[in-house]
Amino acid sequence: MTPRELARWSWRQLTSMRIALILLFMLALGSVPGSVIPQDAVDSFSASKWREQHPQLTPIYEWLGLFGVYQSLWFTAIYILLMISLVGCIVPRLKVYWDGVRAQPPAAPRNLSRMPEHRSFETDEPAEVVLARAESLLRRRRFRLRAAGAGDTVQDAVSGQRGYLREAGNLVFHMSVLVVLVGFGIGSLWGFKGGVIVVTGDGFANTLSQYDDFRPGSFFDPANLEPFDFTVNDFDVTFIREGREAGMAHKFAADLTYRTAPGAAEQQRSIAVNHPLTVNDTDVFLISHGYAPQITVRNADGSIAYSGPVVYLPEDATFRSFGVIKVPDAEQGKAGAKSTQLGLEGEFYPTYAFTDATGPFSAFPDDKNPAISMLVYRGDLGLDNGKPQSVYSLDKTGLDPVLKPDGKPLRLDLAMGRVATLPDGLGTVTFDGVSRYVKLQVSHTPGLRIALTGVVLALIGLLASLFIRPRRLWVRVRRQGGRNLVEVAGLDRRGDGDASDALSAELDALTTALSSTALSSTAAPSTTGQEPT
Amino acid sequence: MSHEQLEVLSNQAVAACAVVYFMAVLAHLAQWAAGRQVPVSEHVEEHASVPVTVGGGAPVTRTSRSDGAAVHEESERMQLFGRIGVALTVVAAAVQLLAVLSRAFAADPARVPWGNMYEFTLTGTLVVTIGYLLLYRRYSLSWLSPVVTGFVLVTLMVDVLVLYTPVVPLRDALQSPWLVIHVVAAIIATGAFTLGGMCSALYLVKERWERRQPPSSTDDSSTATGGYLARLPALAVLDRVAYRTHAFAFPIWTFAALIAGPIWAHYAWGRYWGWDPKEVWAFITWVVYAAYLHARATSGWKGRSAAVVALIGLLTLWFNFVGINFFFGSGSQHSYAAPEINPTIHAPLVPGGATA
Repeated sequence: MTPRELARWSWRQLTSMRIALILLFMLALGSVPGSVIPQDAVDSFSASKWREQHPQLTPIYEWLGLFGVYQSLWFTAIYILLMISLVGCIVPRLKVYWDGVRAQPPAAPRNLSRMPEHRSFETDEPAEVVLARAESLLRRRRFRLRAAGAGDTVQDAVSGQRGYLREAGNLVFHMSVLVVLVGFGIGSLWGFKGGVIVVTGDGFANTLSQYDDFRPGSFFDPANLEPFDFTVNDFDVTFIREGREAGMAHKFAADLTYRTAPGAAEQQRSIAVNHPLTVNDTDVFLISHGYAPQITVRNADGSIAYSGPVVYLPEDATFRSFGVIKVPDAEQGKAGAKSTQLGLEGEFYPTYAFTDATGPFSAFPDDKNPAISMLVYRGDLGLDNGKPQSVYSLDKTGLDPVLKPDGKPLRLDLAMGRVATLPDGLGTVTFDGVSRYVKLQVSHTPGLRIALTGVVLALIGLLASLFIRPRRLWVRVRRQGGRNLVEVAGLDRRGDGDASDALSAELDALTTALSSTALSSTAAPSTTGQEPT
Repeated sequence: MSHEQLEVLSNQAVAACAVVYFMAVLAHLAQWAAGRQVPVSEHVEEHASVPVTVGGGAPVTRTSRSDGAAVHEESERMQLFGRIGVALTVVAAAVQLLAVLSRAFAADPARVPWGNMYEFTLTGTLVVTIGYLLLYRRYSLSWLSPVVTGFVLVTLMVDVLVLYTPVVPLRDALQSPWLVIHVVAAIIATGAFTLGGMCSALYLVKERWERRQPPSSTDDSSTATGGYLARLPALAVLDRVAYRTHAFAFPIWTFAALIAGPIWAHYAWGRYWGWDPKEVWAFITWVVYAAYLHARATSGWKGRSAAVVALIGLLTLWFNFVGINFFFGSGSQHSYAAPEINPTIHAPLVPGGATA
């Protein structure tokens, strides 16, 4: 086999329906792991947790791209091959369709009585009258008729064809799949998705440095960020107090003051789930919310080492939340002594409750009785070694727990407004109050409208390709035994094997109309009582 | 009526309609049991030219292609039991509709009753029943009766025993007009795919049964047993009904999963497609059913293979509904069946020193 033959053979294989089917199954099968294994792009936190728990499997999974199935080489290969197969299948059909649309409906076969669906009757009317009637009946049924001058030697038959839109719909559907893919691709290559936590009262300006996490597409240019900014004035949430869904949050909304650009007029807007803020093509979505206790750490001399709201991440539906405070500037009382950094780690309970069996817990998600419970560490926070560090966890390699006089680790249990004094002259910790924060997602997805247009076109094409019935009908009149024999035949041209009795019914109706002596009697009783199924 | 009374009414209506469905199943079982004593006499439409008289008076010769559709004659007892069964199913569907409606008004404020798996299943089975009743005459579906009534009964029982959830208000994320649009489309498509899957399953059963029949007995159809399988329509008819049901459901599924879903996801979650497990499986279902439609038009995949593909599609559909909610739980943003809200926020990595 020469390379050329091989190429032709491969192309023919690739564009065959069998291979397309196999590729479809591979696409379905290939999607499965992405729903089972945590994906970096969907839930990076779970993905890194999974990696920690499965140290042996992780390298294999990494190699297979199983943490990013939908971006992996093999998944891309499947759908690219499928798209090539689709194009290879569709382009020749476009040509065939184009020719078919411009061509005349085919002439009547020589022997109509051999067609699977066929009717005949005898009449004494002249052939021209019957054929003219047939033409007008077929036109009325929106058939395209074969022109008289189409090169037929004998003008003894009328040929009509209908349902051209079925194949058009089929072609539109398949091409629309490409349009959707292009729209999706534009969105993931030129778009971005960023997350930011904003404590109420604080502001956000749409620049790269303000994001907590930022996932740009490969071709995203930070210069294209919309220059808007906003302040989160307030966040409202109502927790259902009683009944079965007690504790369920509802009606949460964040109240924003925003400007579309620096210097633009300030505008007010409330955003909620299902109601994002849209500035040009960038959307700001309210994703979730939580508590940010106001905590102040003072040195022994009363100077403030740390003060501000600390974002605690909710751990369950009661909003028991976990948070970390890093105090790099905690001083030691005496001058000259080596400075020590402080780290606090622990939980926040919006409605603190305690039993001996459970320990501290949160009884309700609203801030009815807020309290924090923190362990204190001293030493080196590891902030200066250049390694990126999460603000939500302590690197304890350089830290030692601060101990109580009895040698147990010190745990600060503070109700709101209380102060605790640390041992060894380390200063004090005050729980001043509680703020709320909102987690916002800012995203820009170009190509959104392209994808939407594509999928809507695909649906329209799909409907046409499933429900339009392409059909050919022929009527021929020939002399037989001194009378005119009228033959009517039809052909259903659907490729889906859905043999239908509708054609039979249409032939019956047409035959009835033809054999009636006047056009007005088209409503004559149908030949059979058979219902179309 | 108060909201609590409406909720009780809904629960009682579910119990009542289950009882009526059970009676319908019994009636249909009696129908087919009665059929065993009557031999099947098949009147197969032959390729025949039959002169018939037309309105105008001219004799018309007809030639029609036939699928070999067997017209089974049912004994009077069979017809009686069949009619009783269908009548009971109509009653059961009416009671079930009452259950769905009272469930909707039992919530404060009244809302569409598709807030959780229990409600989705309650409405979905109703769609199956209504679809079956609507098509009953058109496709002479009496052969599907025991399967549909039995399926709906069992599914309702599982729904009440395993999935029952008291009436609760809708979550914020669900408070959107897209709940109505997206979920209605998903329910209708699920119901229609389920009906189509039943036809495909019966196709496979009958196909296997026909292959196992000794060749002699197929020649003389009048001596064939009068059992259920013998009275199933011909394979071509089963295949056609299955295809039409799937062809009806597929565009609706396309709309539910690939148009309405992404639009809603864009507003609720800030992205229109995020490879959430539910989205992945909706996509898988779509791809498998697309493969079914292609397979049916491809030689070598027609008939049996296509029916198998349709059933795989149905399995992925049900797995998406049941499996994702139970096994993936908080992993999916769609897990509204889980009784707890799950406000997970994940720690972003930022360069050292930053304190939020």
